[in-house]
Amino acid sequence: MTYEFLVASSIGVLVAGGIYLSMRARTFQVVLGLTLFSYAVNLFLFASGRLALNRPPIWDKAVTEYTDPLPQALVLTAIVITFGMTAFVVILALRSFLETGSDHVDGDNVPCDGDDGEAGRGE
Amino acid sequence: MTLTDHLPILPIVIPALAAPVTLMLMRRHPAWGISAAFASCLAMLVAALALLGFAGDGIVHVYEVGEWPAPFGIVLVADRLSAIMLTLAATLALIALLHAVVTGADRKGWHFHPLFQFQLMGLNGAFLTGDLFNLFVFFEVLLIASYGLLLHGQGPARLKAGVQYVVVNLVGSSLFLIALGLLYSLTGTLNMADMGVRVAGIAAEDQGLLRIAALLLAGVFAIKAAIVPLHLWLPRTYDVATPAVAALFAIMTKVGVYSLIRVVPQVFGEGAGAAAWAPAPFLMPAAMVTAAVGFVGVFVARSFSEQAAYAVIGSTGTLLIAVAGWQEATLGAALYYLVHSTLAGAALFLVSDVIARRRGGSTDNTSSGPDFADRQLVGLLFMAAAIAASGLPPLSGFIGKLLILKSVSALPDWGWAFGVILVTTLIGVIGFARAGSAVFWRAAPQTGESPVPPAPRADMAAAAIALALLATLSAGAGVASAYAGAAAGQVLDRAAAARAVLGEAAP
Repeated sequence: MTYEFLVASSIGVLVAGGIYLSMRARTFQVVLGLTLFSYAVNLFLFASGRLALNRPPIWDKAVTEYTDPLPQALVLTAIVITFGMTAFVVILALRSFLETGSDHVDGDNVPCDGDDGEAGRGE
Repeated sequence: MTLTDHLPILPIVIPALAAPVTLMLMRRHPAWGISAAFASCLAMLVAALALLGFAGDGIVHVYEVGEWPAPFGIVLVADRLSAIMLTLAATLALIALLHAVVTGADRKGWHFHPLFQFQLMGLNGAFLTGDLFNLFVFFEVLLIASYGLLLHGQGPARLKAGVQYVVVNLVGSSLFLIALGLLYSLTGTLNMADMGVRVAGIAAEDQGLLRIAALLLAGVFAIKAAIVPLHLWLPRTYDVATPAVAALFAIMTKVGVYSLIRVVPQVFGEGAGAAAWAPAPFLMPAAMVTAAVGFVGVFVARSFSEQAAYAVIGSTGTLLIAVAGWQEATLGAALYYLVHSTLAGAALFLVSDVIARRRGGSTDNTSSGPDFADRQLVGLLFMAAAIAASGLPPLSGFIGKLLILKSVSALPDWGWAFGVILVTTLIGVIGFARAGSAVFWRAAPQTGESPVPPAPRADMAAAAIALALLATLSAGAGVASAYAGAAAGQVLDRAAAARAVLGEAAP
């Protein structure tokens, strides 16, 4: 299995899981989906500077071949932003649940069904 | 370097400095904090007007942050289009701030003023930057501030709408990053001008990826601009936001439109291979449906703020019909209408607040209720705002729509554009007239609840100023549309922009 295949397939699996969870009705699952999706995006950004093994991103006397440092800086920015946003959306979802008594994304008080997992069993 | 050389960065620096200042002052000395917020907005307006004058000479002013040369460092690009948008943002900010302070909306929660300043910093940055990743960063700045502003005042309805708004925009940001990653791996640059030069030399086997990147990027901007079918987040969000905030948000959809106007001709213009004008075939039909959905929404809306939200969608659609022509004449008409529709949308939100403050229990819904104070005066204000938003003479909406109709008549599918714009205008007029006549002409019998005490009329000032500016835009239509036309020409001349950013070495 090559390095490229590993990176590509992990991005693909993360995106698939992220999109599936983002389209769920409950905020917690949506938050998880967004987190998975942002992991995939970070990996993808990182790979956009080409995948290179054992090469330094900064200047080094001994080597002539470098890896692109810019995508790493971009990923750092993206990670900081998504981390802050995830924290914010978790708090927002919690506040919304506490104030409206519903954790559905569309805000409706829909009774839980079996597909909604743990939350459904309490009733 | 003199101060004038640093002019392009001032609209970003001023709010960035003012935000922490207001944060500290609002705790102990609210009056000083409010003065600082006003001073910041005024300074921004002065800087924007100065840039408007400087950019008027037709030269693209480039500011290299930290003096790093162009493709490596981040550049700020101040041309006519940026100057128009900056002036519009600063004007709108002053109006929204005035309304918030007069009605006391800024004291309904903590941190209104710092968030407001950060929102302006994000807006101004997005209008100035010449770097695609920097555009993403400023989008995030304005979005994060807008989340806070949207939730200002709290309440379950805002929290519900807030969750949806945040989730939609987080997905949008992720898609933006994917598009950026694709573009960077293909071109090796993030500078828009440099990217525009380099897309021409992309290998044949990578053309598909380039096209995907172009369409993804256009999709992200379409989410921001609330183009059908990506508009569903807007009505609920703007309906529940504090009206002064919603008035400022009237420019948020225009950020999406601005980004389309900036990025598509510069990066995906002529000679970009498979990505050349890639979003164009989708934009025209989407714009027409957006206009239709928006003005039908105006017709069926249950409250004045919801009506204003749909009017914002409809005006974005009308605007994009002209943008989708991608010619100098159509873009020029679009830019004139952009300025008008932003102010008109803001005026509608402010008037909806003026109505709601006087009607008490029946708030701002569009069904008739008990008599309320200043009915005639408020009715006149609403009529003026409705005239502006639907595009009737004598306000600038009429001139804007006329310019758009005139410019699209040169396009091959002008028939559809004409039909959509004229019919949606009619629907909008009927919608506004129906709501206005129900509320202002038909008084339901008094239902026993005590009438709302008459509020001081000062809260009409902000809406009146917005409408007066529209009248000015109408009176000065010759000057304004000439400037807008020149801005459109400058946007489409990407060789000149590349020369200005990359130096004379650029092809």
